[in-house]
Amino acid sequence: MNLDIRYPIGWMFSLFGVILALFGLLGDKQIYARSLGININFDAGVGLLVFGVLMLLLAWRGAAKTKPGPQTGTQG
Amino acid sequence: MNLTAIDWVIMFLYFAFVLGIGVFLKRYMKTSTDFFLAGRSLPAWVCGIAFMAANLGAVEVIGMGASGAKYGIATSHFYWIGAIPAMVFIGLFMMPFYYGSRARSVPEFLRLRFDEKTRGFNAILFAIMTVLSSGISMYAMAKLIQVLHILDLPLAKMGLPMSWSFHLSVFISALIVLGYVFLGGLTSAIYNEVLQFFLIVAGFLPLVYLGLKNVGGWSGLKTQLPSGFTHSWQGMTNAQNNPLGVEWFGLAMGLGFTLSFGYWCTNFLVVQRAMAAGSMLDARRTPLIAAVPKMFFPALVILPGMIALAVPQQQAVTVNGVVQMQTVNNGGRGLIPQKIDEATGKPAVDSQGKPLLDYNLAIPNMLLHYFPTGLLGLGLTALLASFMSGMAGNVTAFNTVWTYDIYQSYIHKGASDKHYLHMGQFATVFGILFSIAAAYAATRYENLMDFLQLVFAFVNAPLFATFLLGMFWKRTTGHGAFTGLVSGTAVALLHHGSTLARGDLPGIKGGFIAVLHRYPSEMAQNFWTAIWAFSVCFIITVAVTLFTKPREEKELVGLVYSLTERPSEEHLSWYQRPAYLGGLVLVLAVVLNIIFR
Repeated sequence: MNLDIRYPIGWMFSLFGVILALFGLLGDKQIYARSLGININFDAGVGLLVFGVLMLLLAWRGAAKTKPGPQTGTQG
Repeated sequence: MNLTAIDWVIMFLYFAFVLGIGVFLKRYMKTSTDFFLAGRSLPAWVCGIAFMAANLGAVEVIGMGASGAKYGIATSHFYWIGAIPAMVFIGLFMMPFYYGSRARSVPEFLRLRFDEKTRGFNAILFAIMTVLSSGISMYAMAKLIQVLHILDLPLAKMGLPMSWSFHLSVFISALIVLGYVFLGGLTSAIYNEVLQFFLIVAGFLPLVYLGLKNVGGWSGLKTQLPSGFTHSWQGMTNAQNNPLGVEWFGLAMGLGFTLSFGYWCTNFLVVQRAMAAGSMLDARRTPLIAAVPKMFFPALVILPGMIALAVPQQQAVTVNGVVQMQTVNNGGRGLIPQKIDEATGKPAVDSQGKPLLDYNLAIPNMLLHYFPTGLLGLGLTALLASFMSGMAGNVTAFNTVWTYDIYQSYIHKGASDKHYLHMGQFATVFGILFSIAAAYAATRYENLMDFLQLVFAFVNAPLFATFLLGMFWKRTTGHGAFTGLVSGTAVALLHHGSTLARGDLPGIKGGFIAVLHRYPSEMAQNFWTAIWAFSVCFIITVAVTLFTKPREEKELVGLVYSLTERPSEEHLSWYQRPAYLGGLVLVLAVVLNIIFR
C-alpha cells in the first residue's frame, strides 16, 4: 500500500515516549508510590522513544531502498 | 479514577493518529479490492500482526485476564493447544486454496468449492454474527468506561448527568470507527490493528513488570497461588481434578481441534487479514508470523490476571498530602472485587450463597493499581484501542461479506466496481448502526451476551468439518456440505439443550429441552458441544456425498488439495519457507507446554 505503516507507528510512539519521559523527569515524584517507587513514566517513556525511533529508521531505510525488491513466490 | 491532562493528551493523540491514517488512505481507495482487500498488497509482517490483533479485541484481553484470575496458567491452553496448531494448519494447508482461488471472502470460497446455498447459509449467519459481535464490543467498552468512572469528571464539567457516560462512549467510539473504516477500508482497519498491538505491548509490559516485582517474581507468585494455578497440565487426567473441569481428551479435541480450527481457519474476520497480503507466499506466512507473538501473549494478558489474585489488598491513599499504601478489604481477593448484582446493588452470590467475584475487573484494576497518571493514560488508550479494533475488525468483515456475498450475489448483480465500492462504504455506516442497536439491546436484556456467544458456538463449531472435507476430499458435494452444516448446527443446539454444567439452572446455560447429562463445568459443556457438532457435520457430509453426484474434476482445480499444484519453495532459504516456519512454531509451542506443565 502507499503508506508505510512504520511512519505512523514511529511518530506516535516517539511522541508518546517524549511526553512520558518529560513528565517523569519534570513532574511530581509522589505519584510513583503506587508503582513501587519506580519512575515508571520515565522508564517506559524512554523505551517507547527508542522503539519509535527504531521504527522511523526502518521506514526511512525502506524508502531509501525504493521498493522493487525481489518479488518472491508470487502465484495465482 | 483521576485522569489528568497528560492522560487525555495521550488518548486524543491516539485518536488523531487513527483518523489521520484514514484520511491519508482515502485517496487510494479507487476500486472495491482496495477497500475490501487492501488492494492485496500488504507485507506479511503487517498482515501477520493484524491476523493476531484482530482477535485481540478488548473482550479477549479482559476475558483472558479474567480467566487467568479464575483458572490460572491453564488458560494458556487457549493459546498453546488452541490457537497455535490451528494457525500453523491454515498457513501451511489452507491458505493455498483461499489465496490461490482468488476468492474474496470465505463464503465466496464455499460458493466456488460447493454451491450457492452453502455460501448463502454461511454468508447470512456470518453477517449477523459480525454486527452482533461488534455491538458486544461496543457495549463492553461503554460499560467499562462507566464502571471505571472515566468520563465522570468531563461530564460533570459539562454539566451533563452521569448516565450519559454510556451514551457518550457508544457515540464517540462508533464515530471514530466509522470514520476510519469509511475512509480507508480494510487497510485502515489493519493499520489500526497493528498500532493497537504495539500499544497493548507497550501498556502491558510495564504492568507485568511491576506486578511481578511486587509479588516476588514468578517464584513468588507460585508460592502465593494454589499449585494448580501455575501448572497448566496438572490434574488433566480427570475433569474433577483441575480448575477448568475438563479432561485432556475434551480439551484436545474440543478446544485444540474443533473450536480452534473452526475459529482460526474458517472465520473470515481473521482470514481476511491474510487475503490482504501481497503474494501467495506472504499470505501463507501471515498466520505463521502471527503465531509467534500469539505464543508469548499469555505473559501479557493471562499473567496480570494471576498477579491480580496474589497482590495484597492495598491501595494508594493520600493522607494529608502524603501518599500511603493502605490495606483495604472489599470482600474480594487480591485486586478482584466482589461482583455487584446490578438489579439490587448488593454483592452477588452463587447458588450456594458464596460471594461471586467480578473477574472481568482483574485487568482494569491492575492498571489502576500500579500505573501513575501518564502511563495510566497509555494503558487505558491501549484498552480503548483494542475495543475499537474489535469493532472495526467485525465491521470490515461485515461490509465485505454483505457487499460481495449478499448484495452482489442476490440483490444487485453485474453493477460497476465503483457501485460496489460505494455499497461497501454505505454498508460500513449501517453495519455500525446495527452494532449500536445491538449494544443497546445488550443493556436491556442481561442474558443477551451469553445468548449470542452461544449462537456463535453453534455456527462456528461444525464449519471446520465442511472445509476439511471440501479441501481434502475431492468427491465432497455441495448437497453433502449443506446438509452437513445444517445438521451440525442443529446437533449443537440439541446437545446444548439436553446437557447442563454443574451448578447451573436450566435455561440459557443449557438443559432447556431436558437435562440428560451434567458436565463438571461450562467449559467442558462447550467443548463437547463443539465435538458433537463437528462429528455430526463430518458424518452427514460424507453420507450425503456418497449418494450425490460429484463435480467434474477440472472444475475443482485450485480448490482441492489433490488437484492443486503445491507452491514451489525450492528457491527460498530455509527461514523463508512456510513449512520450516510452521515446524519451528510448533516446536516452540511444545516447549512452552513442557516448561509450564
